[in-house]
Order: sequence, then C-alpha cells, then structure tokens
Amino acid sequence: MGRVPKSTILNRRKSRRETGPSEKAEPVRIDILRRKSTDDAPYWQSFLYTPESSSDTVAMALTGINSQENLRDVDGNPAEEIRWEKSCLQKKCGACAMVICGRPMLACDAFLSELKQPVRLEPLRKFPVVADLMVDRSVMFRNLKDMSAWLQQNAEPSEKKNLPAHEASRCIQCGCCLEVCPNFMPDSSFFGMAAMVPSARILTFSKTGKGEFQEEYRRHIYEGCGKSLACRNICPAGIDIEGLLVRSNAAAVWHRRAAKK
Amino acid sequence: MITIAGAGLAGLSAALTCAEHGAECVLLSVQPSERAQSVLAEGGMNAALNTMGEDDAPCFHYEDTMKGGVFLADPNAVKGLTDAAPDIIRRLWSLGVPFQMKGDDLLLRPFGGQKKRRTAYAFSSTGKAVMNALIDEVRKYEAAGLIHRYSSMEILEPLTEEQDASGTEAWSIPYTAENHNPGKRRILKGLLARDTRSGELVRFTGPLILCTGGMNALFSGMTTGSASNTGDLTAAFFEQGVQLGNLEMLQYHPTTAAICGKRLLVSEAARGEGGRLFIKKKDGSGDWYFMEEKYPELKNLMPRDVVSREMFLAVHDPACEDQVYLDMRGLKKETWEGKLKDLREEVIHYLKLDPAEDPVPVSPGIHFFMGGILVDEHHRSSMPFLWAAGECACQYHGANRLGGNSMLAAVYGGHIACEDALKYLDDEASDAREKQISEQDGKNSFSPNELHAWTRVRPVFEKKLTEILAEGLGIYRDENTLMHALERLEKLGSAAETHPERRRAMVGRAMLLSALERKESRGAHSRTDFPERNDDIYCRTTVSEYKEGRVEVCFRDIPALR
Ligand SMILES: Cc1cc2nc3c(=O)[nH]c(=O)nc-3n(C[C@H](O)[C@H](O)[C@H](O)COP(=O)(O)OP(=O)(O)OC[C@H]3O[C@@H](n4cnc5c(N)ncnc54)[C@H](O)[C@@H]3O)c2cc1C
Ligand code: SF4
Ligand code: SF4
Ligand code: FES
Repeated sequence: MGRVPKSTILNRRKSRRETGPSEKAEPVRIDILRRKSTDDAPYWQSFLYTPESSSDTVAMALTGINSQENLRDVDGNPAEEIRWEKSCLQKKCGACAMVICGRPMLACDAFLSELKQPVRLEPLRKFPVVADLMVDRSVMFRNLKDMSAWLQQNAEPSEKKNLPAHEASRCIQCGCCLEVCPNFMPDSSFFGMAAMVPSARILTFSKTGKGEFQEEYRRHIYEGCGKSLACRNICPAGIDIEGLLVRSNAAAVWHRRAAKK
Repeated sequence: MITIAGAGLAGLSAALTCAEHGAECVLLSVQPSERAQSVLAEGGMNAALNTMGEDDAPCFHYEDTMKGGVFLADPNAVKGLTDAAPDIIRRLWSLGVPFQMKGDDLLLRPFGGQKKRRTAYAFSSTGKAVMNALIDEVRKYEAAGLIHRYSSMEILEPLTEEQDASGTEAWSIPYTAENHNPGKRRILKGLLARDTRSGELVRFTGPLILCTGGMNALFSGMTTGSASNTGDLTAAFFEQGVQLGNLEMLQYHPTTAAICGKRLLVSEAARGEGGRLFIKKKDGSGDWYFMEEKYPELKNLMPRDVVSREMFLAVHDPACEDQVYLDMRGLKKETWEGKLKDLREEVIHYLKLDPAEDPVPVSPGIHFFMGGILVDEHHRSSMPFLWAAGECACQYHGANRLGGNSMLAAVYGGHIACEDALKYLDDEASDAREKQISEQDGKNSFSPNELHAWTRVRPVFEKKLTEILAEGLGIYRDENTLMHALERLEKLGSAAETHPERRRAMVGRAMLLSALERKESRGAHSRTDFPERNDDIYCRTTVSEYKEGRVEVCFRDIPALR
C-alpha cells in the first residue's frame, strides 16, 4: 500500500489519450425554437456555446448553455433556462429526440463538429410541445396500449426467434421515425414504426394464424403504411425496420413465418 | 392502494407483483420506463441455473455474493435472492426476454468475482431486453385497470406525519427517535408530485415503495448512470429521519471512459469474453498485463473493487505510463458478432476506435451505489409504510456488488417489497384508494416560488458538491482528505439556497462521515491509513441518520443467517 500517492482522485484526471485532443474550439451558434408553454407562441432565440472538446454533442451544448449563471442569449438579453429532456446521454433511452438542422435526431448522438452551423434545434413536430424542446409523446405509449401490445401466452424462445425479438426490443420509443412519416399523425389510427417494432417481438412469440393481436396489427400498422420507407434511415438505434416489417407483415397479415432473410 | 415511485426494473417488478395479486397500484415516474437507467444495463443477470455443466447451485451464488460484499450484506436477504434467482430468470425468459441460448437452454457467461458461469444475457443490452419484456407485461395490467400509470410525475416531497407509535412496534428496523415526542413516530402518509407536462401538483397517499435509483447527482457527470436519477428523494427522506446505510460504499467500475457529460461503461462482459487489462512500461519493455500476473486464478475477472485499485496503483507506478488499456484484440470474430456486437458499435461511436483492432483507454468511474435507504429483508425502511427496492435501497451488495447481481436484486427486491406492502393493505384497501382520488383535488395549492424552492439546483452548486465528494471519496481514502472535504462541504452547505441543495449537502456529509468512521479497508472502501480489514469492529452496517439538525453515523450488527 506504500506506493499510493497523495492525489487520490483518479477519476477526475482526464487522460489526454482518453478524451482526445482538446484544442480550444470556436464558439458555435445554436438557434433554438422556443416556447414558454404549450399555449404560448413560439419564437427563435440564439446562444453561443464554446465546445470543450472536438467530440461535443448537442446535449453537451444544451447542458453547457443551461449551466451559465445569468443566462444570456447571443444579443446579451437575459434568457430563461432551456427546457429539454435527457436521461442516459448515450443514445439508449430516446429522451432527447429533437429536430436538429431539419432532421430528427438524438441530442446526445449529434456531434457539433458534424452539423451545419448555425445549429438549428426545434422540438419534434408531431407531438404537442410542453416547453422549448420538450414534447409530450404520451400518444406513443397510449397507442401500444390501445393495440394490446403484450404477450398473450408464455413465450417459447429459440435461438432463431431470439434474433428478431432482440432487434425489436432495441426500440427506444424516441419518435424520430414518426417525425418523418407522411402517414403518421397523433390522432390517426396508423401507429407507425414506433408501434411496429415492439409488435415484432410480440408476433415473434405469438402462435401463427389469426388472432386478436394480428388483427390490431393489421388495422393500426399494415393498413396505414404506404411502404415508402421514408423512415428507413432515420432510426437512431439503427434498427432493421425493413426486415422487421417484412417479418411482421408475413406473420400478422399472411399468417406465416417469414423466410429468413 | 400502494404507490410505487420509479419505473425501472424494481418499480416494474413491484407493480407486476401487485397486479398479479389482483391489487391495484399507482406507478409513478418522471419519465416513461424506456428512459429509466435500467435500460442501460449491459452484461447480464446472475442465477445459479447450472446449465453449463459446472455443478452450480444457489448456495455457491450465495457464497460468492457474500464474499464479494465482504460479509456486509444481510445473509438472510442474500439467501432469499440467490435461491429465487433461477426462477426469476426462467420467468423473464418465458416473458420473451431474448436471453442467449445454447441449444434449448440458457447460455451463461462468466462475470467478475464468480468462479462459475452464471450470468444470463442478451448480447450486451440485457437491461434493455429485460425492461422491454416487463414493460409489455405491465402494459397488460395497465389496460386491465390494475396499474395506474403516470409517467411524467416528478416526485417532489415525501408527506409524513408524526403519529402515535402504537401499532408500529413490530416494524422491524429500530427507530432511534429521541428527538421526537415519546410514543410518537414519523410515519409515511404519501407523496407530493408535479406533472412535468401540465405543471400541476398532485398528491398520492398510502403505503409507498420507493424505486427511484441511485444518487448520480452527487457525482454529476462522473457516473455511468442516468442523469434522471438524482437521489433527491432519498435525500428528502433522509431529512425526514429515514436511515441510510453503507453510504461510503461506492462502486468504481474499472473500465469506463469519459464521454460528453458522463462516463461510458465498457461492460465487464468485455473481460468475461476475454478482454485483458494492460499498461505500458516507460522503459519501452512492453505491455504489462498486471491483473494476470498478480491474480493467476481469476485474472482480469477479479471483483470490481480489486481491479479498480490495481488500475489505480498501476497508473501511479513510476515505472509505468499513466493510462490503462483494455485489450480486446484477441477476441474471436464469433464473439464480436454473437456476443459483443453492440458493445463494439458503442465504443466505435463514442470513442472513435475499433476495440477489435485497438486497445481501449479506460479508467475507473462511479458505477453503482451499494449504499442507500437502509431496509430489512422485507425491504422495509426505518419509517413505517415506506419500503425501498432497487438501487435506491441498501441491500444484498454489502461492501461491493458483483456484476449481474443488481438487475437481479432490483427485480427480486421490487417483488419482495410489494409482497410485504400488500400485507398492510388488507383492511384499508378501498379506503386508501378513495382518499387518493379525492385528494388529487388538492392540486396547484402551492405558489410558483415554493415550487422553485423545491426543484432548482444551481449548476455551480452541483459542480462544487461533485468536486468535494470526489476529493473525499476516491478509490483510496484517508482521514486528511476526508476531513478537508468535510470542511469544504460545511461551507458549501451553508450557502445552499433550495431544498434539494441543502439535502444533497446533507447526504454528502453522511457519505463523508461514513467513510471517516469506517476506520478499516473493506470492499469498495479503502483507507490508506487503515489498510487492514477489521471484522471485530466493522463487520457491521454503517447507519446514517439525521436527527436534531445533525447528521450522525453509527454501526449496527448484521443479522446472523437463520
Ligand atoms: C451502464 C450501466 C450498466 C449496467 N449493467 C448492469 C449489468 O450488466 N447487470 C446488472 O445486474 N446491473 C447492471 N447495472 C446496474 C443496474 O442496471 C441498476 O442498478 C438497476 O437497473 C437499477 O434499477 P432500479 O429499478 O433501481 O432503478 P432505475 O432503473 O434507475 O429506475 C429509477 C426510476 O425512478 C424514476 N425517478 C427517479 N427520480 C425520480 C423522481 N424524483 N420523481 C419521479 N421518478 C423518479 C426514474 O424515472 C426511473 O423510472 C448497470 C448500470 C449502468 C448504469
Ligand atoms: S414506410 Fe412510409 S408510411 Fe410506412 S412508416 Fe415508414 S414512412 Fe411511414
Ligand atoms: S423505431 Fe427507431 S426511430 Fe422509431 S421510435 Fe423506435 S428507436 Fe425511435
Ligand atoms: S439522453 Fe438518452 S438518448 Fe439521449
């Protein structure tokens, strides 16, 4: 134990190699479409943020801006804390989805260095805004409940079934796919890929043939989807939406197991 | 009706247990379950399923867990956990968790601190897969009207009342209530919450199972967990007299890396599947695989506290460079594709290097709180009608948690807590429910200023607190640094402006005092001034309590195995 040095705060030491070079970066302008509450009118406000490292994300920028004492916008006007949702900060929980430079993305997955400047942030447009970048996505969860998305009987797992089931369970319910879908609206009977993906796990472990859930699937997913696949490359979890869709349609609509792709 | 606060693994498991008994409950969380920290769990979940032909049995799981926790856990509780584990995994499997299989049975992977393979997993996204299955199952009971779900409720305050203590003598955790009137005891009455969507204030009454996760906000940006688990509720209950246990026991996970605003975990599965730790020698004599040299039996899979300490010593060894690497270059292609696909993708994405080709620079980061709300084996806290389960509770893990045991403990603990809470509902069931609905009319009876006082924590305050606690509660501790941290915290605490600020400082103080009072080295707690383990005095639970305006720390005997 004799070799233990004085400074015992190892975890505070950021090794150079661990964080990459941190050349002092230029400030980035961040334009945010803000709104005090659901009923207030939206307005744009701009802020400056100086990245701490070359790998800073939009999430980092928002945290940085919010941590300023007496927050001011780019024109020096006092501003209120920006409201947005976060949890995991590693693209695994879907909380921080927003429209970044016109594209639905996760703030913790959007690297500033890869974005066009000024960086434009807007709330997802398909959902009611709670405040600033925070939206109310409860409709996504309501939809899953409405279509009875749960197993009707115990699963009989196999290595083969586990692969699509695992892929399906990766959906983080972020809503990015709904944002770009021409057919999804919060009040429509079409529930979109955010409901299709979790359904794929249910269908994988359901008996083949006609059933209540298969019928729900047909009504809320199969019938409404234009199959344009505008949603294809949007999913931040990188889920194989097309593969799951083909499989689920086969099981729910044609009552057969899809041939392994 | 029972109220369950928090909807991660522990909260979902409690709600499910309640519904399966045909009882109604309220399930509250500030975000939907998909956002709970539990979805981050990677490596897997332990159970002595004995599917690998290694003659495993729950008694060995029990031994490893007690030994890993250096005998600071309640043996009866651990026995219950390890005995129940195989059934829990099989149940989850039947709910459609895509656990990796070997033929028709479950495939298990090796994990730190355990001599046999007993960790069931789904690639390196086990938490996500288990959560998904539980979310779907809970949804079934939501639709049936048994689980009343509110997933945008930020819980602000516990509602407690001083009451006649008669009838609560049987509550098993002793309550040292000298500061209260004799014969009186503070009892839980409910919760005050705010709907983050509408801003409305809502009250929930009745027995409460707290499942709100670890205390990440005390180490802001330094943990692998979720920013949503602030620990503010734990702190609020602490202020109300609820006892906390083993707060000095923080788990540093050996293999983490700093990314934006947090620490990224590189799962223990990486070492379970053959990843090796090394450091470069300054004289150019090559790479030193120090774990393999020092621990020929378990090598890189020693318990986390041991690995973290060895890494600390290695980077401070004058003969070595100052960075430890995790070497996964020797892993087979099948392992990457079949078992660690998502881990690899994540490392490439956030650290910009391919672990199959380059060693990954890693260092220890705070990963788990073994300490928390002190509970007995039924998950009762020291306050009547308050239960706690999951990471917010202090149970099962003692001085060091084994990887794969906390998902298990969250599922099992939520279940046990609910079973016990249901016993207290018998005669009052319908009554409590009516109350709950009618009391929701008490909304919005607080001014915006009052609300602000509850919720706001200034970022400067959070940062200072983190700095102070990190100083005192590093991998190695000693009296001087702890005293210095306490002094600094005293100053910071007196500058607290809001309730959560004041309470965080209070819990921070309790953590530092716990570390100061435990004058020995055990598990995650290493004192350079007391390097030996001292069972005579300290094979006991550290108890923190807030009374008469002061944080006090004492030690309490651990029950013997029945
Ligand atoms: C990166 C990572 C990897 C891990 N890997 C493993 C592993 O492989 N195996 C293993 O066994 N364990 C692992 N763990 C640990 C394990 O995942 C957790 O300990 C466990 O999931 C905790 O579950 P929980 O139910 O207690 O809490 P959580 O899942 O954290 O849930 C807390 C809940 O409380 C809610 N909440 C918090 N505060 C409030 C409030 N004020 N108001 C309302 N709601 C609130 C949250 O919204 C959430 O719903 C890992 C942890 C991390 C961070
Ligand atoms: S394929 Fe087209 S219609 Fe169907 S979900 Fe995707 S975007 Fe929407
Ligand atoms: S399918 Fe992908 S984009 Fe759609 S909600 Fe799920 S994770 Fe998000
Ligand atoms: S914070 Fe979880 S996905 Fe961004």
